[in-house]
Amino acid sequence: MVERQSPLEPELHIGSHGNFEHGIEILLTETRPGSIVQLAAWPGEEKNLMTAIRTVTGLALPDGAGGGLSDGVKSVFGFAPGKFTVADDAEGLAAAFAEAVTPAIGTVTDLSHGRTVIRIAGPKAEWVLAKFFAIDFALTAFPVGAGRSTAHHDVFAQIQRTGADQFDIYVFRSFARSFWKALCHASEEVGYEVQ
Amino acid sequence: MLITCPYCGPRDVIEFTYQGDGNRERPDPASQNFEAWNAYVYDRLNPAGDHNEIWQHSGGCRTHLRVVRNTLTHEISSVAFVRGDHASGARRKAEDRS
Ligand SMILES: [Zn+2]
Repeated sequence: MVERQSPLEPELHIGSHGNFEHGIEILLTETRPGSIVQLAAWPGEEKNLMTAIRTVTGLALPDGAGGGLSDGVKSVFGFAPGKFTVADDAEGLAAAFAEAVTPAIGTVTDLSHGRTVIRIAGPKAEWVLAKFFAIDFALTAFPVGAGRSTAHHDVFAQIQRTGADQFDIYVFRSFARSFWKALCHASEEVGYEVQ
Repeated sequence: MLITCPYCGPRDVIEFTYQGDGNRERPDPASQNFEAWNAYVYDRLNPAGDHNEIWQHSGGCRTHLRVVRNTLTHEISSVAFVRGDHASGARRKAEDRS
């Protein structure tokens, strides 16, 4: 297996940072999934694509715009009509979906090397993200498992809530280091730990 | 100004790109009807009031939307997917129950 390098590495400093004397309220990590794919259904094929996702991942997508779920190893969420992002700790998602998603159902795009996933967790996660994105992060408006497509300073971001106070942010790998640094700066005032 | 994307919900206008007047009808690309092409390229209603517009949620789900915006007040009275077959994707309300 080829060891994949993290684009964050020069700026990824393990340890506690910022104003953490009164406790750490943010945890930042790179989740480094082994595979990330984007799936798109042809018109009228969305249900068949959702079935294929269940076949490959075992995850049963809920109905609803931006609906999703995660079992801690595999994650899936809708980011646009008929389109889904799927991530897996293991490699090989693209090959598995190439089997399950027939040409009549839709398309599979392997983004394993194209996206970086940054996890922000902790009691101030909502608060820090609210500085970046003009969307509602309240648990009632953005339930656990759900996904959102948005942007920060023209950097596209897909965000999945993977816990009550935990979010996984998918950004373009080429922008990931810049976004990471911004996230670190925004977390300084509440104290953050990089793991 | 907020535009309520049928997929993503209410979002700031900064996430959207204006794609032009929604009243235009493009002639057949093979058409040599110059009046029709002239109208397509240049003629605009420029109403003081409700205006049919095409917007793209370029900083979000990237779908194209038909928007009716009041040019006097910026009030948006309707937003719908340009592609009819996306209508099943407008399921925001289903999720709001949870
Ligand atoms: Zn949208």
